[in-house]
Amino acid sequence: MLLQVKNLKTQFKVKGGVVNAVDGVDFEIDRGEVVSIVGESGSGKSVTSLSIMGLIPNPPGKVIDGEILFKGEDLLKKTKKELQNIRGNEISMIFQEPMTSLNPVFTIGKQISEALIKHKNMSREEALKKSIEMLELVGIPSPEKRVKDYPHQLSGGMRQRVMIAMALACGPELLIADEPTTALDVTIQAQILDLMLKLKDKLGTSILLITHDLGVVAEVSDRVVVMYCGKVVEKGTVMEIFERPLHPYTEGLLLSIPRVDEKHDKLFMIPGVVPNPLNMPKGCAFADRCHRCEEICKKEVPPLVEYEGRQVRCFRYLNHKEGKV
Amino acid sequence: MEALLEVVNLKKYFPVESGFLKKSVEYVKAVDDVSFKIYRGETLGLVGESGCGKSTTGRMLVNLLKPTSGEVRFEGKDITKLKGAEEREFRKNIQIIFQDPYASLNPRMTVGDIIAEPIKINRLAKGEEVEKRVLKLLEYVGLASYHRNRYPHEFSGGQRQRVGIARALAVNPKLIVCDEPVSALDVSIQAQVLNLLDDLQKEFKLTYLFIAHGLNVVKHVSDRVGVMYLGKLVEIGDADSLYDNPLHPYTKALLSAIPVPDPAKKRERIILSGDVPSPLNPPEGCRFHTRCQSCMEICKKKEPELKDVGQNHRVACHLY
Repeated sequence: MLLQVKNLKTQFKVKGGVVNAVDGVDFEIDRGEVVSIVGESGSGKSVTSLSIMGLIPNPPGKVIDGEILFKGEDLLKKTKKELQNIRGNEISMIFQEPMTSLNPVFTIGKQISEALIKHKNMSREEALKKSIEMLELVGIPSPEKRVKDYPHQLSGGMRQRVMIAMALACGPELLIADEPTTALDVTIQAQILDLMLKLKDKLGTSILLITHDLGVVAEVSDRVVVMYCGKVVEKGTVMEIFERPLHPYTEGLLLSIPRVDEKHDKLFMIPGVVPNPLNMPKGCAFADRCHRCEEICKKEVPPLVEYEGRQVRCFRYLNHKEGKV
Repeated sequence: MEALLEVVNLKKYFPVESGFLKKSVEYVKAVDDVSFKIYRGETLGLVGESGCGKSTTGRMLVNLLKPTSGEVRFEGKDITKLKGAEEREFRKNIQIIFQDPYASLNPRMTVGDIIAEPIKINRLAKGEEVEKRVLKLLEYVGLASYHRNRYPHEFSGGQRQRVGIARALAVNPKLIVCDEPVSALDVSIQAQVLNLLDDLQKEFKLTYLFIAHGLNVVKHVSDRVGVMYLGKLVEIGDADSLYDNPLHPYTKALLSAIPVPDPAKKRERIILSGDVPSPLNPPEGCRFHTRCQSCMEICKKKEPELKDVGQNHRVACHLY
């Protein structure tokens, strides 16, 4: 296993109380695998990725419990210095908005070189040469000229390519991509996803993809983790999740997307809204919106149950043997 | 079928000012010679990537932007030349719902006041009648009566969008321009708002112009769909025939790029190379020829016109 996240809990202190943004999350990523975390806003998917990177702003946030084992070593026990040697080197990250994560006053060549000079002890000339190579790898035309450009001179798709070049420059073993295509148009999104998958095969990088777009998940992932209100509600291979979702939330989500390949008169609707994180219901967080809610769901929090070799957080699968429900 | 609204050779050029004297030297051709009709009771979807001019078109229909040239005929009357009282009278007919429900609601007004404002301005009701109408409207969009005393920040994204819809409905419009109404919402909330729009259309016999970049959403809501690229309408037709049998190479690429939430389906994907050219100096000839896989000599020189290929389907491409 390349990465194992065990019982991760991240809290934020806010006005009026404490928000458990990530509340006991477990999952793992193998080498060369693409794992997606899906969920709506507020489900804790981005906080999970920031916790792995050690980028939770403290205060107000804090990882209060759990382990993040990267190649067997707990990242939460590392010192600041040790983490700096891992970040951008062995684990790197791409963010949603490429413009806000690039520095506007440095050329892109300088920004890609920075990690190479720091982590790989390259000289400036070597690093610049490597930067040009990386830009070529991510498909930027005439990279020798582009390397001297500033971020504002590039289009959105190009900027995201630069981000990918920067993230992959040191040859990381894990790439965390937090909504990498959300800000892009569909044709550019197709280019970027295609590029990420090609580079994954070429360089053998594992990818943790954070997204809310189930279409993107279906196209690129090997395994899927579905989150709701800070908890994992279902885990499985991409086929299992899409062919036979177990949790009513996953089921509802899949049914409520308008599809181009099917025609329905009315969309399936998950009623209501996500509960206020400061005032979580007593039982299952999804109970109020669930079309299969029972008495017990409103009283107790369901555990993550093994069912048909998968894991799902729902009472329906607790007392049933495999194959029934 | 009768056309409720007809757009004829609509153009909008935004000047780019430069230098000390703010002389405009160049123009961004945001919308360049677009014509289409919207029939009574239908939903026309308008898709395209950022910068293709779909929102600018929508804004000109509501008279929020004045066209550089061309006409917008609503029930046969050109609305672009209206002024004063006549313009105010017309505005009741076409309303708009915006993408970001938070930015389009005044944070210092209660939801009740926001919805009552258009009613008062247009003198559609007086005194207690106004309050009654507001309550009715809240009910239509699925909000409760106690919501009227709350402020926009107290609502979630989906609820704010409902407020925006109630405000648009307040003046009994015939046509509603929906400018990316669900793009900012989560999937489960998106389905709620789409179903609401559908219910309201049936109840009030509304006509929609639905602008969005989410092609799956547009397919779901629209009867007919128009595809725009760099300020031009490149293809328009019935939703089913356009999605099943796209003709323009751009439409084909656009449709093949949509990720389908079904891992069992592996599809042939057309990946377009490069980016959309700058609208400051769009390519000569067909604007898509720089990225087109079926580009011919003629495409680089002559701009294709929108041709009828039968069954209400029109396409601007030299291949046909």
